[in-house]
Amino acid sequence: MFLYFLKKLGVILPTFFGVTLVAFIFIRTLPGDPVLLMAGERGMSEERHTALMAELGFDKPVIVQYGLYLKQLVQGDFGTSIITRKPVLDEFMTLFPATVELSLCAMIIAVFFGLPAGMIAATRRGSTFDHTVMTGALTGYSMPIFWWGLLLIIFFSGILGWTPVSGRISMLYYFEPVTGFMLIDSLLSGQEGAFSSAVSHLILPAIVLATIPLAVIARQTRSAMLEVLSEDYVRTARAKGLGPQRVIGLHALRNALIPVITVIGLQVGVLFAGAILTETIFSWPGIGKWMVDSIFRRDYSAVQGGLLLIAAIVMIVNLAVDLLYGLINPQIRHTD
Amino acid sequence: MRKTKNLIAAFCGTTLLFASMNAMAAPKTLVFCSEASPEGFNPAFYTGSTTFDASRPIFNRLAGFKRGSTEVIPALAEKWDISEDGTEYTFYLRKGVIFHANSLFTPTRDFNADDVIFSFMRQFDKEHPYHKVGGASYEYFNSMSMQELLKDIVKIDDYTVKFILNRPEAPFIANLAMDFASIFSAEYADKMMKAGTPQQIDFEPIGTGPFQRVVYQKDAVIRYKANPDYWEGKAPIDNLIFAITPDASVRYQKLKAGECHVMPYPNPADLEAMSKDAAINLLQKEGLNVGYLGYNTKIAPFDNPKVRKALNMAIDKQALIDAVFQGAGKIAKNPIPPTIWSYNDAVVDDPYDPVAAKKALAAEGVTDLEMNIWAMPVQRPYNPNARRMAEMMQSDFAKVGVKVNIVSYEWGEYLKRSKEEDRDGAVLLGWTGDNGDPDNFLAVLLGCDGVGGANRAQWCHQPFEDLIQKAKIVADPAERTKLYEEAQVIFKSQAPWATIAHSVIFQPVRKEVVDFRIDPFGLNLFYGVDLK
Repeated sequence: MFLYFLKKLGVILPTFFGVTLVAFIFIRTLPGDPVLLMAGERGMSEERHTALMAELGFDKPVIVQYGLYLKQLVQGDFGTSIITRKPVLDEFMTLFPATVELSLCAMIIAVFFGLPAGMIAATRRGSTFDHTVMTGALTGYSMPIFWWGLLLIIFFSGILGWTPVSGRISMLYYFEPVTGFMLIDSLLSGQEGAFSSAVSHLILPAIVLATIPLAVIARQTRSAMLEVLSEDYVRTARAKGLGPQRVIGLHALRNALIPVITVIGLQVGVLFAGAILTETIFSWPGIGKWMVDSIFRRDYSAVQGGLLLIAAIVMIVNLAVDLLYGLINPQIRHTD
Repeated sequence: MRKTKNLIAAFCGTTLLFASMNAMAAPKTLVFCSEASPEGFNPAFYTGSTTFDASRPIFNRLAGFKRGSTEVIPALAEKWDISEDGTEYTFYLRKGVIFHANSLFTPTRDFNADDVIFSFMRQFDKEHPYHKVGGASYEYFNSMSMQELLKDIVKIDDYTVKFILNRPEAPFIANLAMDFASIFSAEYADKMMKAGTPQQIDFEPIGTGPFQRVVYQKDAVIRYKANPDYWEGKAPIDNLIFAITPDASVRYQKLKAGECHVMPYPNPADLEAMSKDAAINLLQKEGLNVGYLGYNTKIAPFDNPKVRKALNMAIDKQALIDAVFQGAGKIAKNPIPPTIWSYNDAVVDDPYDPVAAKKALAAEGVTDLEMNIWAMPVQRPYNPNARRMAEMMQSDFAKVGVKVNIVSYEWGEYLKRSKEEDRDGAVLLGWTGDNGDPDNFLAVLLGCDGVGGANRAQWCHQPFEDLIQKAKIVADPAERTKLYEEAQVIFKSQAPWATIAHSVIFQPVRKEVVDFRIDPFGLNLFYGVDLK
């Protein structure tokens, strides 16, 4: 297992290096420079522009800039935002818990509803339930997140008044963040009503963010289950007289889970992408919104650092998924 | 009977006592659904209004603007004298003003001349120990030409400071009312420098303003509490919260749900519903801005004022206001908005007359003209949809036989290329005023110094230039007004721009909000605002 882990790590490190290059090139290929954007309509003289570019180190050859960037990275320094003048890592770590909290809840919703829906749809193939789930999944998958979020806000917050419109907690509550996770911090604060306020604020954005992964998981589970259910060993298990629950729950599901787990792992990247829109609609202070703002402002350090950190997280999650395969099916780690 | 009366009196008394205690115990909290996170809290570093909204509650300046107007009034300086030659400004500072305290610092003295000198020398003196702290670039200080304008700043005594200028500059006091001129605590700066954390004065700001910042959580919230010792008197509200809400539709939903009291930048499409909402007051005011189409007056045929005027007559401005501004705009005839003093209402705009325009072009020998119109890639209050505006102009110009190609670039590139003196065609752009002085529009955007820079029309017309340069050095407001009025007449006759529109600022506030006034500069200011 350890060797398997090392092998996987051996793939991740060069990928990480590749990401540094992509992140570095990506932001520089966008037209426009950060200094001009800072000045806006007011503009600045050519001399001042040159001086500022030099101050920020953007006057050096690109290859030198990249070298300096790598040197900083090796020392654990992700740079300083040219807009806020704060270390990129600090900004990321302040906002990251909010994204994790939202993504985790969205993933729980997606798995909790997507997995059983896909399983039941597969076992009742062709039934009304199957058609409903598949139509729902297709609709969910094609739903523009921005529109869907606004629709839910208008209906549940505006018309019914069941949920708050946006934010992480009511403005009535204030406490110093301890973990950065609002659900935990609100409990730790001991303030009456804080936890329920945090939960009520989380419901709509989590549903919106869960919509696409839920649809994907339901569809994937259904097709994986259908494939497995037609396998010989399932037929044998049924022939042995095992009950449907045992056949599906023990024999079929375990094998059907492999592709489903792959999809769940890949959905982590989708969640980060979806978080950009969800965070904007629900005023959720996470890294998605921060990244978009940084790109618009050509905040080179923030974009590079943010991309790198997100990529690292996605890679780590997918490494965990790979290791999970080994646990579910030991054959994988032997043959890989 | 007497017993019963006593009992009733005691009951009423207790009820009143509890009611008053309750009133005392419930602080007034105003929530403002702001549109974005500020870039920071030191307004000298930035140029964006979101940052100024967030820093304005904390700081004061030597001069200020009267609430809801562009009138300059004393602030931290109680009064000032101007030397006869207009190059020396002596400020007499207010006594008994104290800075806020935070976990890093408690002031041991009142605000004085050292704080004024520190706040300006940090930006002016490149050798100042704080000049480079935080990688600051002081864009406003530089763009207002303060570097060239200032000769020295001298402390006369603890409560008197003299600014010495290299040349007379009539708008100087108005400049000092701008956000970049906010006054910081020199004592706090010294303490942080000694502690080895000088950047803290920008991250954990301390000022003399009506509100003290309590906490800032990026992209989520900024909390302020009223400064009980504020020199103008404590603000009527106790707490001010900025709930950062980037999407305009969501801001509206929050306003409707009572989750916030005031919101900026409503969607034009929501305005009608807002105006009918019983819980909302939809306030409106003309913005301090102008949107324009600037011809390159150095290149033929746009070097001919008659051609420019003919093209102006081809533009159906009312259609642009209806379609692009969706009613949230007003036709502009002058290069300054009507909210600025010296606005010349006697100027007559070029009428929309395509037939006359076509004839005028033919009379100047302009036939089969093909030109570029530059459309900004971003949305601005003075032009919410430049692409659509350009397309409508394309159609208008086609009616007079002019073929238009629409070009656009990334915003940074757009700003850079549109400044070039050999740039082709005409550029859609605009300007939002900084200090309410006509000089801030006329000299910056149309002065000869601005050619190759902010003067996108590349227009240097000596009679106009003479007037605006004279207005810079004249102290008498009545005389300045005359000069600017005359300059506007010349502008109209020469037509370096087609003036398009001044936007109208709409500000929805909940009915329980009392005395919120729209700031002509487009900021959101809460000192003096109360809640029912």
